[in-house]
Amino acid sequence: MSRDELRELVIAELGRIAPEYDAASIDPNADLRDVLDIDSLDFQNFLSAVHKKTGINVPERDYGKLATLNSALAYLAKSSN
Amino acid sequence: MYEFRMPSLGADMEAGMLVEWLKHPGDAVQRGDIVAVVETDKGAIEIEIFVKGTMGKQLVQLGATVPVGTPLALIEGVPEEVARPTRAAAPVAPAVVAPPPQVRRPSPQAELRASPAARKRAEERGIALSAIIGTGPDGAILLRDVEQAGTAPVRRGLDLGKMRLAIAAAMARSKREIPHYYLATEIDMSAAQAWLEKTNAPRTPEERLLASVLTLKATALAARKFPVFNGSYDPTTGFVPSDKIHIGVAIAIRGGGLVSPAIHDCDTLALDVLMAKLRDLAARAREGHLRSSELSDATMTVSSLGDRGVESLYGVIYPPQVAIVGFGRPTRRPVAEGDKVEIRSLITATLGADHRVSDGHSGSLFLREIAARLQEPEKL
Repeated sequence: MSRDELRELVIAELGRIAPEYDAASIDPNADLRDVLDIDSLDFQNFLSAVHKKTGINVPERDYGKLATLNSALAYLAKSSN
Repeated sequence: MYEFRMPSLGADMEAGMLVEWLKHPGDAVQRGDIVAVVETDKGAIEIEIFVKGTMGKQLVQLGATVPVGTPLALIEGVPEEVARPTRAAAPVAPAVVAPPPQVRRPSPQAELRASPAARKRAEERGIALSAIIGTGPDGAILLRDVEQAGTAPVRRGLDLGKMRLAIAAAMARSKREIPHYYLATEIDMSAAQAWLEKTNAPRTPEERLLASVLTLKATALAARKFPVFNGSYDPTTGFVPSDKIHIGVAIAIRGGGLVSPAIHDCDTLALDVLMAKLRDLAARAREGHLRSSELSDATMTVSSLGDRGVESLYGVIYPPQVAIVGFGRPTRRPVAEGDKVEIRSLITATLGADHRVSDGHSGSLFLREIAARLQEPEKL
């Protein structure tokens, strides 16, 4: 999956969880949970959707590496290679 | 003959609008079947039936707003003793007079623009016009809109303004009538978190458990031992403990608002089942798509502000319940262990309880029991 495809997928899934925000225009270096007001259940649903669509299984110990949009995209891009 | 009535879905509900029939005259109905959809302050709620029989005449038109207790339909073939439960011990029970069906007119059906064919088809299919999105001029509902509505039946959503009013009414009543007392204790979550990490490690994200499932189950098990926190209070008859433990889980609605639907028989559910139910309930609560029993059956409430909230929360009891347990955010803090200081993950658990029913002593034992349960997560 290309970096652009990953970005599109992540933006779409975050938008599904927090529909009142435009995930494409948030500060890419801000904490996703703060800026989108998502809780641990939302975050788990996000990672479940990513897993189902890309096969990337993010272990719990790596959750902190997906704190921002940029870091999440970097992590997922690395994992999809 | 059994009368299927507009149920009360909580202390704050006075009326509901019938928006859809899912069973029609002649259809067999079983206990637990969803018979109708009612629009309330908490969204479109699926109304279940708790008798077995055959759907008879429907007494209320789609789009009508009627008070709680109004007969909505007749159910045929229900044994007399089920249809009219009597108390053997009560000599002459006063007849319960049902409020008359106050169908208000003009109904929203009449105010909506719709083609005659669409109107006729909507009536045939038992779909409220107010539940259909019109694609004609000025939003008029066309025949094709009604046909399409068959696959996606109801436009469901939440009116956050109405929900705020309902929360205000219930919470004001609670603070006016219930003499709350509050207790708090710190619970060491080290064992629970270590167990969670180990359990979740080989799992995919969709199979993983959250810490809130452990606190929920621990509370449900503790409630078995302390029934004085699990039940309902009526000012005239007093406290009635519940033999079932149906925990209302406080779920924040995005954009503001709160709903506390029940997870039934929480104390008997395996953690994986409880997690699946919690996930499903949160999704449906946020879509405004809950079932009547989930809104009316809770016997106590658990509120958790999760891993990003405050350290402790002191809840307001949802009447007629008598207790609310709150869990704050886990924090890593130094703890004296013998002569050493260790860093532990602690969570503050609070209890808000009704002083008409229990005292602080039993409350403290209840919180201690929850804490003890969380030290043995593998037994939850």
